[in-house]
Amino acid sequence: MKRFTYTRAETVADAVAILADRPQAQFLAGGTNLVDLMKYDVERPDAIIDINSLPLKEIEELPDGGLRIGALASNSAVAYNAQIQARFPLLASAILAGASPQLRNAATTGGNLLQRTRCSYFYDPSTPCNKREPGSGCAAIGGLTRMHAILGASDKCIAVHPSDMCVALAALDATVEVVGPDSARDIAFGDFHRLPGDEPQRDNTLARDELVTGIRLEANRFAGHHTYLKLRDRLSYAFALVSVAAAMEIADGRIVDLRIALGGVAHRPWRDPLVEAEYAGAPAEDVTFQRVADRLLFEAKGLGGNDFKILLARKAIVRALRQAASGRPQSQTLKAIQ
Amino acid sequence: MLDRSKIVGSPVSRIDGPLKVTGAAKYAAEHFEPGMLFGHVALATIAAGRILAIDTRAAERLQGVVKIYTHENRPKAAYRDSKWKDAVALPGHPFRPLENDRVLFDGQPVAFVVAETPEAARDAAGLIHVHYAAETPNTHIVAEQHNSYEPPVARMKQFLPPPPRGDAEAAFAAAPHKVSADYVLPGEHHNPMELFAATVRFEDEGRLTIQDKTQGSQNSRDYVCGVFGLDPDKVIVKNDFVGGAFGQALRPKHHLFLAVMASLDLSRSMKVEMTRREMFYLSWRPSCVQTVSLAADDEGYLQAVLHHAVHTTSRHEDYQENVANWSGLAYKCDNVKISYELVKLDLATPGDMRAPGAASGVAALETAMDELACEVGIDPLELRVRNFVHRDQNQDKAITSKALHACYREGAERFGWVARSPTPRSMRDGNDLVGWGMAGGIWEAMMSKGEAKVRLSADGHVTVSAAASDIGTGTYTILGQLAAEVFDCPIDAVTVDIGRSNLPKTGVEGGSWTAATTGSAVQAAAKAVVKTLLGHAQSMENSPLAEASEEQVEISEGRLVLEANHQVGTAIADIMAAAGLDAVEEQAKVGPDILSMRRYAAYSHSAVFVEVKIDEELGVVRVTRVVSAVAAGRILNAKTARSQILGGVVMGIGMALHEEGLIDHRTGRIMNHNLAEYHVPAHADIHDIDVIFVEEQDQRASPIGVKGLGEIGIVGVAAAVSNAIFHATGKRIRNLPITIDKILESEAVQ
Amino acid sequence: MAGIAVSTTINGDQAEFLCHPDETLLEVLRERLGLMGVKEGCGTGDCGACSIILDDRLVCSCLVLGAEAEGRRIATVEGMAQGDKLHPLQQKFLEHAALQCGICTPGFLIAAKDLLAKNPDPTEEEIRFGLAGNLCRCTGYDKIVRAVQDAASVMRGA
Repeated sequence: MKRFTYTRAETVADAVAILADRPQAQFLAGGTNLVDLMKYDVERPDAIIDINSLPLKEIEELPDGGLRIGALASNSAVAYNAQIQARFPLLASAILAGASPQLRNAATTGGNLLQRTRCSYFYDPSTPCNKREPGSGCAAIGGLTRMHAILGASDKCIAVHPSDMCVALAALDATVEVVGPDSARDIAFGDFHRLPGDEPQRDNTLARDELVTGIRLEANRFAGHHTYLKLRDRLSYAFALVSVAAAMEIADGRIVDLRIALGGVAHRPWRDPLVEAEYAGAPAEDVTFQRVADRLLFEAKGLGGNDFKILLARKAIVRALRQAASGRPQSQTLKAIQ
Repeated sequence: MLDRSKIVGSPVSRIDGPLKVTGAAKYAAEHFEPGMLFGHVALATIAAGRILAIDTRAAERLQGVVKIYTHENRPKAAYRDSKWKDAVALPGHPFRPLENDRVLFDGQPVAFVVAETPEAARDAAGLIHVHYAAETPNTHIVAEQHNSYEPPVARMKQFLPPPPRGDAEAAFAAAPHKVSADYVLPGEHHNPMELFAATVRFEDEGRLTIQDKTQGSQNSRDYVCGVFGLDPDKVIVKNDFVGGAFGQALRPKHHLFLAVMASLDLSRSMKVEMTRREMFYLSWRPSCVQTVSLAADDEGYLQAVLHHAVHTTSRHEDYQENVANWSGLAYKCDNVKISYELVKLDLATPGDMRAPGAASGVAALETAMDELACEVGIDPLELRVRNFVHRDQNQDKAITSKALHACYREGAERFGWVARSPTPRSMRDGNDLVGWGMAGGIWEAMMSKGEAKVRLSADGHVTVSAAASDIGTGTYTILGQLAAEVFDCPIDAVTVDIGRSNLPKTGVEGGSWTAATTGSAVQAAAKAVVKTLLGHAQSMENSPLAEASEEQVEISEGRLVLEANHQVGTAIADIMAAAGLDAVEEQAKVGPDILSMRRYAAYSHSAVFVEVKIDEELGVVRVTRVVSAVAAGRILNAKTARSQILGGVVMGIGMALHEEGLIDHRTGRIMNHNLAEYHVPAHADIHDIDVIFVEEQDQRASPIGVKGLGEIGIVGVAAAVSNAIFHATGKRIRNLPITIDKILESEAVQ
Repeated sequence: MAGIAVSTTINGDQAEFLCHPDETLLEVLRERLGLMGVKEGCGTGDCGACSIILDDRLVCSCLVLGAEAEGRRIATVEGMAQGDKLHPLQQKFLEHAALQCGICTPGFLIAAKDLLAKNPDPTEEEIRFGLAGNLCRCTGYDKIVRAVQDAASVMRGA
């Protein structure tokens, strides 16, 4: 670890101001990603600003029926919150599919949003990585690509975003609330995480001096038909090979509103609202689900080691949509796939 | 012969348990020495080549750094290889940390930082810049197997293939049913939960006391003394608590060398602890490619067995293990040809990992047997039964005991095997394809040489001592039980003093032989105490035991009595008082019975039955039931015995489905060097595991009838899982681990 | 590098220490405070051997900085027994032989303690899920599950 100074911020304004002053500083919330990356010498801040005292832990109902989740609410607090379980069970399920109890208890909403890829080349400072050091090259391309992207990759970076929570938030079309030194703004979830393009070092569209303060969810009618299906090498405590967050509103056996996002396949949760819109009105049956899968995966490209993900994703999409349509979401504790 | 089973055989709780559950047990990294310094290793980031320059300037400037060692300034150590070769050494040149500018494998130590705090040592190590001239590495066994060779110097004679018998090729060609296939196993890593560490207390005049994570305190001591020219009487190595090893702690690792080196150089106490990542560059189960060809007649009787195995070794040592010889003795066959070769790769020297050789070779053999069963059209269990052999045909020796039929029978019954429908894809449960597979397991039942001391005090307290280790295997408890049985005392009255090098001579804890060896030594020493007591008793006036022989007496409730009549005897306290003693102490030495070994071979055996459920669309595999029936001689402690087998079975499931060291062969570097990406089975991966012990009375295997349980549990499990996957899907996957991509790519699910 | 003064409560006792910013709570507990019951298995949050309860939350201490303990309450395995009397979980781990080498054991005990505090009557599935962050290489897990079930029923007074 590089040596650093440690301070605590008491207010959001303080936190943002310190960051403006010290460009090499990083915020510390749950630490489950940042401290890990510091131990690997991937993240090397010269100052840590502990923001755990900031008043951003609340989960509150909004007058319009939506919900705001404070950026410092822990993943566990969110997953076990009664409102979330009742009205946004897809989010609770996705969170519980990830990590371990210890990590979920410490990790925060904001931290989960901002977590970095698990690519083993990114994690190893002795290998070239355009994300870690722009212009140095991508050692993953041509290497061990089993965990890497089948969609949206570039010749600079083929990493995937490892979060489960974010896949659900993408499907739920959440809004990210951020605060900068002079202003506050909202970022639509689909605009938050980036594709690598030519600048893989930028995981998201947050400005250097901005702090995520919360996530807003809109009221929806998906609670009865949703699922988070995660496929991985171990039945617990492993990152997704492919995951699917699916939710729908159904009437008379037809899809009224469809949401579907994929994890483990790209630099960000993979969602295409145009595809979703096309299937409004379609019967909530396998033949529709297969078409959705075909459309979502139309541009999927394997890199050799991850070719299997294309077939796996296709199957997972169909299965997830079937689970959601049937009203029987995947259990995260029972390991048999429903 | 004392054979009561009041305590031995019963599920007594671990003696060391209370210390472990309260966090009071201190492992190698948990000893505080005043003024101790801390060490951290910097590791090579290329797999082959030379170090051109090491820049330690920034590291040296860091506050708290005391000294940085590289190959350029490392204090001298022994010149000859023989001084570096420990008890488990291999043919070739043992690795010497910081010896020269050559890089032999990814993760090789290239610098060692000593500092006043662990963080300073770690941070400084991160500031060391090494310039390499990298060479193209070769790390892919499949690509390199054409360069395989027979090891010119055998590690042990019995690892070499037996001479061929009969004419396997001709018999294979002539037989009506045959299978032949290649099986590929990746490298695996032990990953015990405890990180390697050594704490060296520097005393005066070259006196060191070392807490080391090792499977052999005397082995570590002898290594350190040999390499640094120290007097063994002045060096004590302790390993009273070891957090698992599975073979990785048999040979001394670089943390021990570097800690002692720095301690001697700086005249300071030292602690060195490895990181989890560092553990991946130590010894490992080598990757292995095998070809197994089996042929049978129409009834399934084996006509030919051919088994060729090639596994990895390093460039500097010839690691060897007994991979394929099992195929010549597991089943009856008169036409057998076994061949075995190595491939040198730019990787760290492999090392024994739980059932070395057998875990790999039997995985291939037992899969091939399953393939043969399908080919012949008979039940896989029936195929094993038909080919049962009660002789070691490799060595032409009788087998001491082999209750394998009972394992087959009881295991099958507990599992419900009779309900298996033979056709693949014929059993289902909802969305899942159900598969039932089985395999046989076999492992050597060995004894090594060992000594133990037993002391009985007048107050009834017993002390047992030997330089044995408990790496999680239950040694403390078993030795205590054995002594308690002889002296008819509660187990609380026994102090088990192990885990120190200045105790009676004991070999490394490995090969599953500790219970048999040290256990036999303890029993022998205890019996010697009884004999001595008898002698003293007979010197007393009017002794009621005057005419008794050693075999006729035993201890009961604090008295030395006639076995046939407990009323006749004398209180031990009185015997000792009359002799003017407050204790009687005896030491005994045991070893393998060489004469018996000329005629007999000893093995433990098992039958493993596995149920898998595979999601028919997605290919997700769950192991839902396992029954392991084990015949391993006498079971000393039902609780610890079951634990050993459970642990072995889980490791076998890991071998089948999860575990693999992932090497990027362009650079020769392992990329999943952590516990997030190297998938040790976790809680959710494991369901019902049922263990059955078929007890055997076998005094030839060891005087106490024990065969050892540390390793038999894993053997055959991977094949049973893979056979179950075949039964579920109709697809045979011969390349472990069987991950979901392999299921999909084999079209096992549609 | 200046030290940070931290005041905290560990197993009910007030504790004060100085630490460097880059010391993790795991390192502080072990190296500075001698609480060796908290183990290091990986240092990266993947094995659970370093589990502690921090203000009623089960976390991996290897990913928490020492400085973050300020004003918080920490529970480790050393606080589970009451003098000579073992906690029911400790007792049941012994009875069920739910430990072998013992390195993962303190982490499991703390994780199980937290699990049962939140869910006093868990199903087997819930136990496996709740302990999913703790790895064991020796026991095969089954005995740990039985021990937790047995301890849970004792603690419920059942």
